[in-house]
Amino acid sequence: MNLPIYLDNNATTPMDPRVLEAMLPYFGAKFGNAASRNHAFGWAAEEAVDYAREQVAQLIGASEKEIIFTSGATESDNLAIKGVFEMYKDKGNHIITCVTEHKAILDACKHAEKLGAEVTYLPVKADGLVDLQQLEDAMTERTILVSIMYGNNEIGVIQPVKEIAAIAHKHGALFMTDATQAVGKIPVDVIADGIDLMAFTGHKMYGPKGIGALYVRRKNPRVKVTAQMDGGGHERGMRSGTLNVPGIVGLGKAAEICRLEMAEESLRLSALRDKLENSLLVLEESYRNGNLEHRLPHVANISFKYVEGEGLMMAMKDLAVSSGSACTSASLEPSYVLKSLGLSDDLAHSSIRYGLGRFTTEEEVDFAIAQSLKAVNHLRELSPLWEMFKEGVDLDSVEWAEH
Amino acid sequence: MAYSDKVIDHYTNPRNVGTLDKSNASVGTGLVGAPECGDVMRLQIQVDENHMITDAKFKTFGCGSAIASSSLATEWLKGKSIDEAMKIDNMDIVEELALPPVKIHCSVLAEDAIKAAINDYRVKNGLEALEIAKSHH
Repeated sequence: MNLPIYLDNNATTPMDPRVLEAMLPYFGAKFGNAASRNHAFGWAAEEAVDYAREQVAQLIGASEKEIIFTSGATESDNLAIKGVFEMYKDKGNHIITCVTEHKAILDACKHAEKLGAEVTYLPVKADGLVDLQQLEDAMTERTILVSIMYGNNEIGVIQPVKEIAAIAHKHGALFMTDATQAVGKIPVDVIADGIDLMAFTGHKMYGPKGIGALYVRRKNPRVKVTAQMDGGGHERGMRSGTLNVPGIVGLGKAAEICRLEMAEESLRLSALRDKLENSLLVLEESYRNGNLEHRLPHVANISFKYVEGEGLMMAMKDLAVSSGSACTSASLEPSYVLKSLGLSDDLAHSSIRYGLGRFTTEEEVDFAIAQSLKAVNHLRELSPLWEMFKEGVDLDSVEWAEH
Repeated sequence: MAYSDKVIDHYTNPRNVGTLDKSNASVGTGLVGAPECGDVMRLQIQVDENHMITDAKFKTFGCGSAIASSSLATEWLKGKSIDEAMKIDNMDIVEELALPPVKIHCSVLAEDAIKAAINDYRVKNGLEALEIAKSHH
């Protein structure tokens, strides 16, 4: 077992060696431009891109013509939000999204607001899911787009995508989903789920960084987005720029492996995740964040009350995890996702996200459990809050000197 | 962000962790910060009849730099008079621990905790509380 142990697979995943192997020739002899129609170098690149497009489409139940390659999920999110707003603004200017979305969605919506969009940011329930009745109530005849993420990056909850899509469609709006954390981890089917646009990326599914895709539905309805990048008219005019052939090949291979191995992998990971969670929740005053039933198989988000997340991560020096604490950020604001669940700031500051992945072993999980338990206990020994809690002091009654 | 060796040393082997009897007149207690902000420091001093600090203890809820700042503060406090201790400046802590700008607030908190502990002692012993200049946040 090599240390440190990587348990931050929601931030990025290591590349599968099979993906790297598939990509290598396209950094070497097969260097052609996929848009070069007149010689063998171009043909080889185009063939590779076509094949990858099929591999990607197959993973999500789409047709290959519906896959627009981008630089990643952030670009896909931007293209979807801004592109739909620009394309459909004569039909309406209202967009609905939710407060726990990734910043790429929220900030693209903010941008659209400056251009005249009206955006509704739905709250979430304490378990992280959107309230379908609230969505229904927010719909207007001016609503052109509903954008709700598939699986959340911090707490792993899976939104009721199918039901959300149905509500959007009933009111004549498109449904977009940022499925960055879901594609490749759980079955995602754009037809069955009723998805019109969907963003995802290579590096969250054991593929390379710098390559992602936007699914854009071609029929029932035919969806169009206004390009945000002008140039040679690549990707059906929706995203200009010479195709990143090695990246696309990598994304294709990664998608294929996910499609073939997902069922087995998600069972293995959810068993490991449950073991991790159950072993950590024996600690007094530890809490699981997010809906239990509807969630990704590989994520656990736990708050260890009375210890601070960043200090905790420092004590778990052999574990690469992340925290909702924002001690390092200038704002000192803890995770907005956790706060949206109604968690108090101190619980948000005390949270740790464990993200398991394809290469996580049981031995590593056992090690992570032992080190986490030790770290929490150690830091509680140092914590004045823990001491006060143990003495029966009601911490809410203390007048804190906020700084 | 990488931590300096000194932060790691204080974090890994914190000095003077513990609790003094806060009801004792010779003990001054400073509790600063707030759980919502992700930092709470409790710093305590034991003071003799000559106003010399003979012992110091801390407990801190916070990041590694906050723990290291308070651990360092307890080391510096021991053996100082309460007047000397009032002169400890947060920038001395920043320098000693090589804290990056984003962690300066940890040193500010430590300075606030020192001053709050001294004032608690002063008030308990019939001395007037000293005005605390709001540190540079």
